[in-house]
Amino acid sequence: MLELKNISFTVEENGVTKDILKDVSLTIDDKKFVAITGPNGGGKSTLAKIIVGIEKPTSGTILFNGQDITDMSITDRAKLGISYAFQQPVRFKGIRVKDLIKLAAGDGISVAGACEYLSEVGLCARDYINREVDSSLSGGELKRIEIATIIARNTELSVFDEPEAGIDLWSFKNLIKVFEKMHQKEKTIVIISHQERILNIADEIIVVAAGAIKDKGPKDVILPQVLHGNTLEGCKHYND
Amino acid sequence: MDQIQKTLLEEIADLHEVPAGAYNIRANGEMAGRNTTANIDIVTKEDKQGIDIIIKSGTKNESVHIPVVLSQSGIEEMVYNDFHIGDDCDVTIVAGCGIHNGGDKKSQHDGIHSFFIGKNSKVKYVEKHYGQGDGSGERIMNPQTIIEIGEDSYMEMETVQIKGVDSTDRITKARLADRASVKVIEKLVTHGKQYARTYFEVEMDGEDSSANVISRAVARDESYQIFLAKMNGNNKCAGHSECDAIIMDNAKISAIPEITANNLDAQLIHEAAIGKIAGEQIVKLMTLGLTEAEAEEQIVNGFLK
Repeated sequence: MLELKNISFTVEENGVTKDILKDVSLTIDDKKFVAITGPNGGGKSTLAKIIVGIEKPTSGTILFNGQDITDMSITDRAKLGISYAFQQPVRFKGIRVKDLIKLAAGDGISVAGACEYLSEVGLCARDYINREVDSSLSGGELKRIEIATIIARNTELSVFDEPEAGIDLWSFKNLIKVFEKMHQKEKTIVIISHQERILNIADEIIVVAAGAIKDKGPKDVILPQVLHGNTLEGCKHYND
Repeated sequence: MDQIQKTLLEEIADLHEVPAGAYNIRANGEMAGRNTTANIDIVTKEDKQGIDIIIKSGTKNESVHIPVVLSQSGIEEMVYNDFHIGDDCDVTIVAGCGIHNGGDKKSQHDGIHSFFIGKNSKVKYVEKHYGQGDGSGERIMNPQTIIEIGEDSYMEMETVQIKGVDSTDRITKARLADRASVKVIEKLVTHGKQYARTYFEVEMDGEDSSANVISRAVARDESYQIFLAKMNGNNKCAGHSECDAIIMDNAKISAIPEITANNLDAQLIHEAAIGKIAGEQIVKLMTLGLTEAEAEEQIVNGFLK
């Protein structure tokens, strides 16, 4: 179980203090599929980075299975069983797709095993396994390889930041299958997404806007509100 | 040959035993073994230190190993090795120098390798430099490679210095005839207070000649590297040089390209990028469970692969 208690995150920009997250508390139960949605710039990605340890909260506590991980490094959280798929996956010169998947899976995985993960994200393993994870790959290819590394990690909790961005329609169907399969394996999944089809397979939806939780609840309750625009505000000056 | 020399040989030439084919092993300034074949002859020079390696026209799929090891502190030598490669050959040449300096005197190996490549030949040349030993004496290597490539011939040179060389001045000069091409891949790592200077000079004299010089460098600690690449397009030709470098700690790297088109149909490109390891690369590997140090090691190893 993941618990965020009174998480705030503040940054200073040109001498001005800006609240990115304001006293956010939430609980994500084991084996749940939770989608986080909301307008751009609302604090969703920061929330994900705070869960995996890339950002440290200004105040508040994070508990993972009851253990306080607030001050724990990214590495130690990864070892505890937290995975994170980047919104914009990182490119490396000289590191091949198979190297990255092997690192993700831990020692002892065979090339055949690595190929299986690539197939799951709809990439022909033979074409990709020896390619470098560099600028020769398109954004969509990179994104799918990123997701393959998360499948390979097979951890208790996986956090995905906009996995659908840059993925074409054909792969999108595959992507949904990937998440469904992870869910069937009784893993906890947190996905930041704007996609109705992803929100639609979630158990719960959390709406984050302006650094706070605007709404949360079962998908059947929240999704219709999101789709009808009752939850999200448009331009705040529109009605002025 | 003692254990230290055997270790050096393994490091520089992946040799665990006497190599197949032609070879000449030089240890502490003296010949420690030699083999010639029907097509490859090795002759000791009479006027100076060094050997002539003569490869007959038509020699295919053969290799020559000419490693040098220095395990005695205080040796300083200057060696001239000349490779005469005939027409229509396809050969691999493995050179390299390993220094073990356990003493307080300077050990230095300066080697000048000259290649005279005939027509329509293909040569792969691999050169590794390595130093070890905990003595305070410096380990110095100054390799010079002078290459003349005949019509329709191709040479690929892979030069690697990963560890233990305190100071190096590496000079590579190539001159290309019609349709000749050269590819040079350099991998260089410096640490401690090491200094490395690399100088490439390519003269593309021949029509449709081409050159590709690629350097991947990592400088750690307080080390300093300087990379100079000079390319002259004297005919219709294509030249490309690239310096890609990672700096860490307090290291410094300079890259100085010079490309000159002396002909309207010369096409020359230089690319250089120097920077530290991108923070997001380290973060990504940490999210896979690696520590920061392990992540850095993976990134550097991949970069140099």
